[in-house]
Amino acid sequence: MAKYLAKRIFYLILTLFIVITVTFFLMKLLPGTPLTNQAKLSKSQIALIYQQYGLDKPVWQQYLLYLAGAVKGNFGTSFQFSDQPVSYLLSSRIGPSLQIGLQAMILGVILGIIVGAIGAMKQNTWADTTTTVVSILGISIPSFVLAVLLQYYLGLKAGWFPIAEWGGFIYTVLPTLALGATPLAESARFVRTEMVDVLSSDYIELAKAKGLSRMGIIYHHALRNSLIPLITIVGPLAVNIMTGSMVVENIFSIPGIGEQFVKSVLTNDYPTIMGLTIIYSFMLCVVLLITDILYGIVDPRIRITGKAN
Amino acid sequence: MADTVKLPEDSFKPITANDRAALDSEKIAAPSLTFTQDAWRRLKKNRGAWVSLIILGIIFIMAFGSMFFSPHNPNAVNPSYANLPSKIPGVNINGFNGTLVQAGQRIDAYQQAGASGVHYIMGTDYLGRDLFSRVLYGTRISLIIALVATFFDLTIGVTYGLVSGWKGGRVDTFMQRVIEIILSIPNLVIIVLFILILKPGMLSIILAIALTSWVNMARLVRAQTLEIKEQEYVLAAKTLGESSLKIAFKHLLPNLSSVIIINTMFTIPSAIFFEATLSYIGIGISSPQASLGTLLNDGQKNFQFLPYQMWWPALVLCIIMLAFNLLGDGLRDAFDPRTKE
Repeated sequence: MAKYLAKRIFYLILTLFIVITVTFFLMKLLPGTPLTNQAKLSKSQIALIYQQYGLDKPVWQQYLLYLAGAVKGNFGTSFQFSDQPVSYLLSSRIGPSLQIGLQAMILGVILGIIVGAIGAMKQNTWADTTTTVVSILGISIPSFVLAVLLQYYLGLKAGWFPIAEWGGFIYTVLPTLALGATPLAESARFVRTEMVDVLSSDYIELAKAKGLSRMGIIYHHALRNSLIPLITIVGPLAVNIMTGSMVVENIFSIPGIGEQFVKSVLTNDYPTIMGLTIIYSFMLCVVLLITDILYGIVDPRIRITGKAN
Repeated sequence: MADTVKLPEDSFKPITANDRAALDSEKIAAPSLTFTQDAWRRLKKNRGAWVSLIILGIIFIMAFGSMFFSPHNPNAVNPSYANLPSKIPGVNINGFNGTLVQAGQRIDAYQQAGASGVHYIMGTDYLGRDLFSRVLYGTRISLIIALVATFFDLTIGVTYGLVSGWKGGRVDTFMQRVIEIILSIPNLVIIVLFILILKPGMLSIILAIALTSWVNMARLVRAQTLEIKEQEYVLAAKTLGESSLKIAFKHLLPNLSSVIIINTMFTIPSAIFFEATLSYIGIGISSPQASLGTLLNDGQKNFQFLPYQMWWPALVLCIIMLAFNLLGDGLRDAFDPRTKE
């Protein structure tokens, strides 16, 4: 286990290193400077600004400096907001994104499990059909369409929730719903398929033959066993939420990293884009690592050490 | 009282080996179906998938047919006809008859604009461009993206997976590491970086999608190849001295076909979704070109007063996504031998 963990963490670091390197050199290929009014500046002023951003050094030195900084969580200075270090800009924005993302994930997966389990228990009834319809709609309707509709009907028309901005919990409800729809649909589909499989297996027959209660069978035997594979889709779902958050945060004008990413792309704020790319891949790597480890712990049939003894 | 049954004389003729019709009459068996025929039969039984296939066919024909027969020019600006709601001749339902609620009263927007005699099925946008033509144009872009994603899925994805699985060992490890690195960055981030480097537009979106869409396919194909290459018939082919290339085409690919087809069906909606998202946030297709994403973005600005401008593209996008997802589900069931009755 320890060996496996060490190997995985080594690969995580290697991956991040490659991501940093590739993004750094890609960004160097792009035109653009931190200068806003190049024509009006004198040569010495330009030199000073370049020095401030560390752009006066040769590229390889910049790269090494960037790498050394990135290890300490320092991603340089934003082009867009002068004197704002990227790390400061992002650390103040990551909170809302994490909150909405986690809420959407938890809400989506828990509701998905319930919906999927109902679908499997009441197979081929109207409840099952509803489950299927809900899950296929959830997958097919893009989160930004859902977000606009929620904003209009629940926010503006009904007036139940604030339509935008960031404040207390009430402000997170609509974005969470918009982002949570896909995880809900995906996990409902997944749980239903798994559970239909499990329900027709021999040990369920045995449990029934022993005279266990229906709920007992569902909870102890069927549900638990169908949930194990669900861990494998947590990674893809996390990607989905990250992607969705870029648009949804824009629609609800939430000061999160997704909104910042889009803004930075539109304003060519390269240091911020780089910092965000690294943060996104770091988060995804960690999620993938955790799910892999969790899978090994929950399901003893999977030998994480790689070698069966 | 013996009843005499008159039997014709030729009933007593011996059956010869050449008499096919007579031999077949003795057989009790359904006509044997090939794998594809069997899958097709089961797909037709799945109502959702079948309807989706027909709808997609219609959408394809309309989207690509509009290259030649577009009801209006999608880019022709006509400010005097701006923001007309949808009007379908002969239909008198609010929302489809060219009327609009303005200051609490329902008025005929077409009369107000002096546009008698013309009708726009989906209405017009803020510049007076025909929304129907623009939606068709946007759909075409979405479908082109879908076709491109499929193409890269089938070429890069399948080849990568096949080579990785077939070679095994170091090559496999290295190729898998590359995939892991690509997978550890959210797809949209890679696509956005790519678009930053190139200019926003159709070509860069296509390249960006090419770069990211094949990864899942490669993983699935590899996993399946690892399984198939242990089969006896592959061993037999190897023993007989077949070249790797020939084994790949004759033995691996046919057996991988169901995995490939099913996965393609799930690549397509995600590619369409990426394009719509990018255009929606303003880094994809840029105006005056239309895509479903940019149309949604335009429509969303006026959603409170002119909701039809967002409903139409949203509806079309959702129908396309839904149809591909349902078709994918149907194909999975059709190709999965476990669901055979």
